[in-house]
Amino acid sequence: MNYVDMFFDEVFWKALWNTLKFSMFAIPLGMVVSLLVAVMLNQQIVGRPMFRTIYFLPSLVPIIASSMIWMWLFNGQHGLVNFGLDKIGIDGPNWLNDARWAMPSLILMSLWGVGNQIVIYLAALQDVPRHLYESAELDGANGLQRLLHVTMPMISPVIYFNMVMGIIGSIQVFVQPFIMFPNGGPDRSALFFAVYLYDNAFSFLNMGYACAMAWVMFLIVLGLTLLATQLTKRFVHYAGA
Amino acid sequence: MRINKCLVLIIGLIGLMTSMLSGCGESDRYTDDGKLVIQYWEKWTGFEYDAMKAVVDKYNESQDKVFVEMLPVSQLDSKLLLATAGGNPPDVSGLWSYLVKTFSEKGALTPLDKAMAKRGISTDDYIPVLIDLCQHRGFTWGLPATPATIALHWNKKLFRESGLDPNMAPQSLEELDAMSDALTIVRIEREGKDVEVRFTDLTDTEKEAKNFDLVRVGHLPHVPGWFNTMWVYWFDGDLLEGDRKILADSPENLAALAWYRSYTEKLGVKNVQQFAAGFGNFASPQDAFLSGKVAMVIQGVWMHNFIEKYAPSMEWAAAPFPSVNPKKTPFVTIAECDTLVVPKGAKHPEEAFDFIAFVQKQENMELLCMGQKKFSPLKKVSDDFVSSHPNPYIQTFIDGAWSKDAKTVPKSPIWKEYTSEMGVGYEQVLSLRKTPEDAAKSVQERIQRKLDGMVRRWDAVKTERLEQWANDDTF
Repeated sequence: MNYVDMFFDEVFWKALWNTLKFSMFAIPLGMVVSLLVAVMLNQQIVGRPMFRTIYFLPSLVPIIASSMIWMWLFNGQHGLVNFGLDKIGIDGPNWLNDARWAMPSLILMSLWGVGNQIVIYLAALQDVPRHLYESAELDGANGLQRLLHVTMPMISPVIYFNMVMGIIGSIQVFVQPFIMFPNGGPDRSALFFAVYLYDNAFSFLNMGYACAMAWVMFLIVLGLTLLATQLTKRFVHYAGA
Repeated sequence: MRINKCLVLIIGLIGLMTSMLSGCGESDRYTDDGKLVIQYWEKWTGFEYDAMKAVVDKYNESQDKVFVEMLPVSQLDSKLLLATAGGNPPDVSGLWSYLVKTFSEKGALTPLDKAMAKRGISTDDYIPVLIDLCQHRGFTWGLPATPATIALHWNKKLFRESGLDPNMAPQSLEELDAMSDALTIVRIEREGKDVEVRFTDLTDTEKEAKNFDLVRVGHLPHVPGWFNTMWVYWFDGDLLEGDRKILADSPENLAALAWYRSYTEKLGVKNVQQFAAGFGNFASPQDAFLSGKVAMVIQGVWMHNFIEKYAPSMEWAAAPFPSVNPKKTPFVTIAECDTLVVPKGAKHPEEAFDFIAFVQKQENMELLCMGQKKFSPLKKVSDDFVSSHPNPYIQTFIDGAWSKDAKTVPKSPIWKEYTSEMGVGYEQVLSLRKTPEDAAKSVQERIQRKLDGMVRRWDAVKTERLEQWANDDTF
């Protein structure tokens, strides 16, 4: 019965769609940005350890604390983000109170925690054998070609790992929307699956419905992980295999 | 190597046994002087907690059999339900009265009627609207602690500055809207310069263009926003008919939604959103009312405490929030109260109720209510209760509780979902994304469907459940 109710529950579908929309943008964006930063931090630049620390630091901040800070950064009247936009002549939106901007603000905010991914990429990048780069250089490969044909295949298992972790993390995202958007934000534009599940369990006390939702969440994560595994199988190269 | 494996196995087994034992119920605990320890979960912190602690201390000193161990618990409602479901609830707990219906229907509370009869506590001892909050399906599930009603609070200084009589509250909703316009100040560009003018001094073209920033507003119906979903009460309407019909799309609620929307229609959605984004938290000097950004606000008896703490120099007053039909409904308010309950499965219900009964004594209740700076839920109060009360407008709130138009949240377990859905509807209307009709229609359809399911489930167990409650032999 709970599954039938779920099928006809438009808020359930809205929460699911919001979560998938967030995942569709936040996962690739996080992966690309963290990879780019990791590649940069892997270069021989002055103060490299300091930069590594700086990029990793945000992921150590408790999510509740960082969510509170971001609420002020995105504040429509006194926020630092709009202050910066104003300096370059852009009239910033009312990020958290505008249904069109609630989701983009959460996607942007998700970049705050890419420090963990960067560290994992860095470890993988440093594990790529030097002789492969030397061979590629001898064959006349330029920097971009070395990145695409040596680095990427060699770190592909780590990219795959970060993608799977990203899928699991983004489907389960809870604290940020829960803190920043009580009641799902304007027009429920930032109501996430996990938040709706929590509301049903602990606010509306529909424990059975919430448990059914938890099963659906598990199946979605499982399905997406299997799909990602199948689709990327061809591109993941295990050097030791 | 072999020793290491054995060690790991032993540690693992000890861990497993410890975790299994932790699920078992605790045996009775006694203080050094032989008093039985009973657990009391309290939802308040701060000075409200201190006020209850004074009563608990008094109780502990008053006899030599029981010691009440008071524990402040955050997010008490969800933890209490889980603890009760797990068979290990506290002996007595505080609970918001709006949760009494849901908790009792889920079988999480013990009916107190028999215990009350034994102790000679009658429902007639209480202000009717407040004891009504503690009852559901003909049973009493809790007894009141501190109650609250709500009223209009206004900033007298801002009234004076705007040429209004600082001692005169608006008498009707129309008057409130007009006074709000007179109190509203906007910043607008005129002849290349930014100037601050009263909203009432804007030209029709300027009002139409809404090309201004809000500096101060007389009233905003979504501030503080806690009672948004119940504006219908001031429009002579209701939220529920009986226990099975949702009234979200009633003409009264549509009128309430239209009034709610009229503020953003008048001042501009973006302007209002931008202005409201600058408000700080309620319990801070940056609160919209305490900082003087909003001149009139609907708030509860507790507001006095926050004014004292964060804006002690503010000149303020409180009076009934005007309704659409002031002659018929001169004092509409919402009553709410803290309740003391005995969760189902509590190990020492007799001792727990002994403590609850102690709190209900007039002198102890007044100690508690005075400490929390609220009024007493009991009909009988001492002669100097009002005159010695720190809140100069306490009589207004007491009058509210006695008012024939004092309302409460609907007596239905659907309420939390209903208010959440209605909150979304009000927000959509305020931001002009939906018309009142469309918003009300979607709330009506969704919540009626959910209530129908709830009613079906209740009807299936109704006879058995009522019988079970009537035959409850806890006391």
